[in-house]
Amino acid sequence: MADTMQFELVSPERRLASIEVISVQIPGTEGDMTAMADHMPLITTLRPGILVAEGPAGTEEYFVTGGFAEISAKGTSVLAEMAMPKAEVTAEQMQDLIEKAQSALEQATAENKDAAAKLAADMSEAYGALGL
Amino acid sequence: MPSLKDLKNRIESVKSTRKITKAMQMVAAAKLRRAQEAAEAGRPYAERFNAVMARLSASTKGSDTAPRLLSGTGGDQTHLLVVMTAERGLCGGFNSSIVKLARTHASKLIAEGKTVKILTVGKKGREQLRRDYGDYHVGHVDLSHVKRMGYDHARSIADDVLNRFEEGEFDVAKIFYSEFESVITQHPQVQQIIPAAFEADEEDDSEASFYDYEPDEGEILADLLPRGVATQIFAALLENGASEQGARMSAMDNATRNAGDMIEKLTIEFNRSRQAVITNELIEIISGAEAL
Repeated sequence: MADTMQFELVSPERRLASIEVISVQIPGTEGDMTAMADHMPLITTLRPGILVAEGPAGTEEYFVTGGFAEISAKGTSVLAEMAMPKAEVTAEQMQDLIEKAQSALEQATAENKDAAAKLAADMSEAYGALGL
Repeated sequence: MPSLKDLKNRIESVKSTRKITKAMQMVAAAKLRRAQEAAEAGRPYAERFNAVMARLSASTKGSDTAPRLLSGTGGDQTHLLVVMTAERGLCGGFNSSIVKLARTHASKLIAEGKTVKILTVGKKGREQLRRDYGDYHVGHVDLSHVKRMGYDHARSIADDVLNRFEEGEFDVAKIFYSEFESVITQHPQVQQIIPAAFEADEEDDSEASFYDYEPDEGEILADLLPRGVATQIFAALLENGASEQGARMSAMDNATRNAGDMIEKLTIEFNRSRQAVITNELIEIISGAEAL
């Protein structure tokens, strides 16, 4: 059996998961990555997307946005500003988020235009990936 | 000497007051439980967030490229005081003690020749501060429609504060709230949020430097600092929520007990004066009969 590590997913409002997993697929700002036990210590920011935690008991999927993931020898913790099980996400919520991202893009100053555009694009992509 | 009828009315009115305070106490107890749960649920996030931020900020603090949210504007002339209180009263000294702390702080800063700006969250704080510091009041966040405090609310307050910071409205921002210790004790607190001061919790310091960052430290920090402001405000809002209910619960408990005491006293007085009336009547009848 593969090695497992501790995985935690917390949002400001609650702790969504604290389980033993084999691997976690994290939607990082610079691309998806999969963390397994004994991964090099790393901190990455998140883009809106789907996080897949594969445990011995099965696979859990979450929609996360905004925040960061901390991978260390002790395990992986993901701190997301918004996180919920994939099954609970509704199309309305996503459209709301996309709208927010779009309006942020319209108001963005030249300085953070790129970041806002990326957020909006990522948001739409996540919406597609959710398959709602 | 109040008449019998007056006394009876008094007793009735105190009785209904007691019913109300009793009900409020029970409502507060139920809400307190929920608020405490929310505060506890939010703790892991805040703790981890702060741990990572402390590590990150320690490594960037010295450099010139440190974001302004961390290093500050270089001055400390203008202070923004974010005073977070409740939307409602009848919760003992809860609102007043936060306002009092803010007030001492503000007058100290003014005495030092600094400029003070006050942003209030919650109606009660605004009402109390407007009297003395109306000129310094720059904004108010209304949360009266909020039933359940969510991260979004903290986010919008944080956005407001950050916008003001971007526009150079202030150099230092502090939040005032009440920390929940128990139902009986709540401590008014002041915490600096800009420039960010993360308390390093130096447990796992040894491995700190081995972390890899993606994107690099600076970018992560720039992304996370505004979130840090929201996180701190959210934590404070939750603490405040629990404190408010706790304070209301004990205040209403006192009120209920007090009403009970008052009813007892009034009842004794009522019985006494009724007895006096009866005695009087008897004396009149008897002395009338004796005179014959």
